[in-house]
Amino acid sequence: MTTPSRADVSRRDFLKTGTTAGAGLLVAFSIPIVDRLGRTLGATTAAAPLEPNGWYAIGTDGIVTIVVDKAEMGQGVMTALPMILAEELDADWNRVRVEFAPTGPVHQKRRGRGQSTGGSSSVRTSYDPLRKAGAQGRAMLVVAAAQKWGVDVASLRTEKSVVHHDATGRSIGYGELAADAAAIAPPPEPALKDPKTYRLIGTRMKRVDTPSKVDGSARFGVDVTLPGMLVATIARCGACGGRVKSFDATKAKAIHGVRHVVKVSNGIAVVADGYWPALQGKRALVIEWDEGAHRAVGSADIAKQFAELAARPGTPVHKVGDAGATHGATSVRAEYHLPFLAHASMEPMNCTADVRADRCEVWAPTQFQSSTFSTAQKLTGLPPESITVHSTFLGGGFGRRAEIDFVTDAVETSKAVAAPVKVMWSREDDMQHDFYRPASHHRLAAEVDASGTPVAWTHRIVAPSVIARFSGMTAIPKGFVDGDATAATGEDFIYAIPNRSVEYHHADTPVPVGWWRSVGLSQNAFVLESFIDEVAHAGKQDPIALRRALLAGKARHLGVLDLATDKANARPLAKGSARGVAVVEGFGSFVAQVAEVSVKGGEIVVHRVVCAIDCGQVINPDTVEAQVESGIVYGLTAALKGEIALDKGRIKQSNFHDYRVMRLSEMPAIEVYIVPSSARPGGVGEPGTPPIAPAVANAVFNLTGKRLRRLPLKLV
Amino acid sequence: MSTYSITVNGERKSVDVTPDTPLLWVLRDSLGMTGTKFGCGMAQCGACTVHIDGQPTRSCVMPVAAVAGKKITTIEGLSPDRSHALQQAWIAEEVPQCGYCQSGQLMSAAALLVKHPKPTDAQIDQAMSGNICRCGTYNRIRKAIHRAAEATS
Repeated sequence: MTTPSRADVSRRDFLKTGTTAGAGLLVAFSIPIVDRLGRTLGATTAAAPLEPNGWYAIGTDGIVTIVVDKAEMGQGVMTALPMILAEELDADWNRVRVEFAPTGPVHQKRRGRGQSTGGSSSVRTSYDPLRKAGAQGRAMLVVAAAQKWGVDVASLRTEKSVVHHDATGRSIGYGELAADAAAIAPPPEPALKDPKTYRLIGTRMKRVDTPSKVDGSARFGVDVTLPGMLVATIARCGACGGRVKSFDATKAKAIHGVRHVVKVSNGIAVVADGYWPALQGKRALVIEWDEGAHRAVGSADIAKQFAELAARPGTPVHKVGDAGATHGATSVRAEYHLPFLAHASMEPMNCTADVRADRCEVWAPTQFQSSTFSTAQKLTGLPPESITVHSTFLGGGFGRRAEIDFVTDAVETSKAVAAPVKVMWSREDDMQHDFYRPASHHRLAAEVDASGTPVAWTHRIVAPSVIARFSGMTAIPKGFVDGDATAATGEDFIYAIPNRSVEYHHADTPVPVGWWRSVGLSQNAFVLESFIDEVAHAGKQDPIALRRALLAGKARHLGVLDLATDKANARPLAKGSARGVAVVEGFGSFVAQVAEVSVKGGEIVVHRVVCAIDCGQVINPDTVEAQVESGIVYGLTAALKGEIALDKGRIKQSNFHDYRVMRLSEMPAIEVYIVPSSARPGGVGEPGTPPIAPAVANAVFNLTGKRLRRLPLKLV
Repeated sequence: MSTYSITVNGERKSVDVTPDTPLLWVLRDSLGMTGTKFGCGMAQCGACTVHIDGQPTRSCVMPVAAVAGKKITTIEGLSPDRSHALQQAWIAEEVPQCGYCQSGQLMSAAALLVKHPKPTDAQIDQAMSGNICRCGTYNRIRKAIHRAAEATS
């Protein structure tokens, strides 16, 4: 396997760039390779004359350097996206190099899109453009070879970066053809491969970033180091929505190593020679806070607010048939409640900026480069050509890094002290100043006819709106429905029930809310997949059999349900444990999970999770398995532990001792099975998360007869 | 401020910091060795794990004054070329996702294998449960530790 050698090339360039540009080791991962201005390309030392489009360059040495414009936060885009392109280019994977794409309007225009990463969309939205991008270059290279040899294009074939003319036994490498091919116009609609002939897509390709992640050399945002760089921490108001009234920096400035204390939008920045003196300086600050309007609000108030709203009719979201009329013999009612959740990525928020009079550079572990760029532009007032945004690896994203608050921190602080500044968040900052997964409250009712079939279903959702917060809505218009908070409940509800009504209440709370891995589905799947079990039991039906009946004709849903249950049943259930199931459609994929649980000392123990996913065309099965497993573990923390509480307007939890997460010793065995499919690629980063909480809750019910309707799941 | 002499990955280094400065920040900010990560600052997550005289230690709560004269090994010193059996096993099992916690995971695992060259699952549970991974790579970590143990036996 040649992955290490590719990484070595990267590291050499890291070092080289670091020395010559004096800008640290990070730079090579963001050097623009796509350069119409004639600058030296960072990709290889050889010239790279062929750039069919904004996605890659081919050097005279045959090295293909592909840029990835999505954030690499563990989901494997740095490998999967280049695989798609290299497939259609017929590139030699061993001679492919991968770099983070340059950011900015010029580059985005060439690539035909802005830069953000979320919604499990990287492969889904890149599959077509990257196939086309690869095929364009291949077509140009083939024409160049045909012209060189005076033969018909149709008589040529390509494989591993070489064009072959089998009739005469001639062959020529892409590197040798690159200069000639550059003179040929890229075909606007190049022919694409039949997926049956794929050589790279669908294989267990080794991840290109793995070697750098086992020796400490991978550069994350926190690792950015620049000459003359200072490190800052920011004292932020503990109360949600509070601000600085006044502050006294005398004691902070007396700390050895503290250089500046400046007020920025998000609080008071203490700027020092390193993180430790900055932290000591922050602790020494004397700040009077204006704690704002929410200083008395606690979780109990929010729960009461939600329950009151749930008792009143909400804004109609979806209506079919007449769910209000009486249809059947048995009615089922239930209320569900989910808490706010933190993202708690392992790398706390951070960002580095170097703002000068005439330029601004930002190094950000961000899911949203476009917004990082525009934020830097807005805060500095500089023209776009003076702004550079460098991408780094992300030590976890999960939606948190789609925000720009940490970018604002760095740009403002650097500007204020006229020096390069890395703003570091403590874990406490990260935990208490997150944009949380919304809490929500759900009131449901269903009616089941004499045969045990549900004929009516009503669902009233009370939840804050991420969409309203993220888009900066200052007033909520009448009739507003958050499409994310109501995910999977309307047109996209998976079960065939003839009479249904769904309503939404927007609930404003002091707690800032944001995108959290699998977003609205992370909440609604728990409610829907738990309640469908309740409905099945009310109608004396087997929950799996009822699901099958209500999913009749939906081959992909049934496919994952059958595969997951078959695989689960292939092993006998241990005594004292029970199984529960859940099915979810989301992000273009279909997932079913079976959880096996027992109860030990009043605690729920999850022993085994069997998951089936149909995510269409698979790019890298190893990555799909890893992502789905990752989603399950993330969801297990939410199912069994996660809860952010508010007390006197402040987030109570502060670190991993009181915001507990899954640890290795608590892990169930996890099996992931992929349904073979040639459908369009679906997402894999998020769909594994939503089903696990209801699968566990349903198993707990099957084991104990107790229906748990609150997260985190607790028996006592 | 005081001057401390510490030995990191076999090299003697001299740093000028306050005595309470945690080893983590000496490594990262004073010595520019960023492979060791900051995760929590209170020995809850294990991202900052290094070896001090062979013992796995959370460097975020270890004052530099307490490690003067001791032998410190960081991820950069685990092997010069990713050849440590655990690094090879991590690559073979494709353990890392975001990768941020993996330096700490590897250092905890390396200390485990010194103590128990053929660790049981219970020993892995005990040695590795102080290291949080939010990407949920735990099962692959367990497999990779067993693989490395096999490879070195």
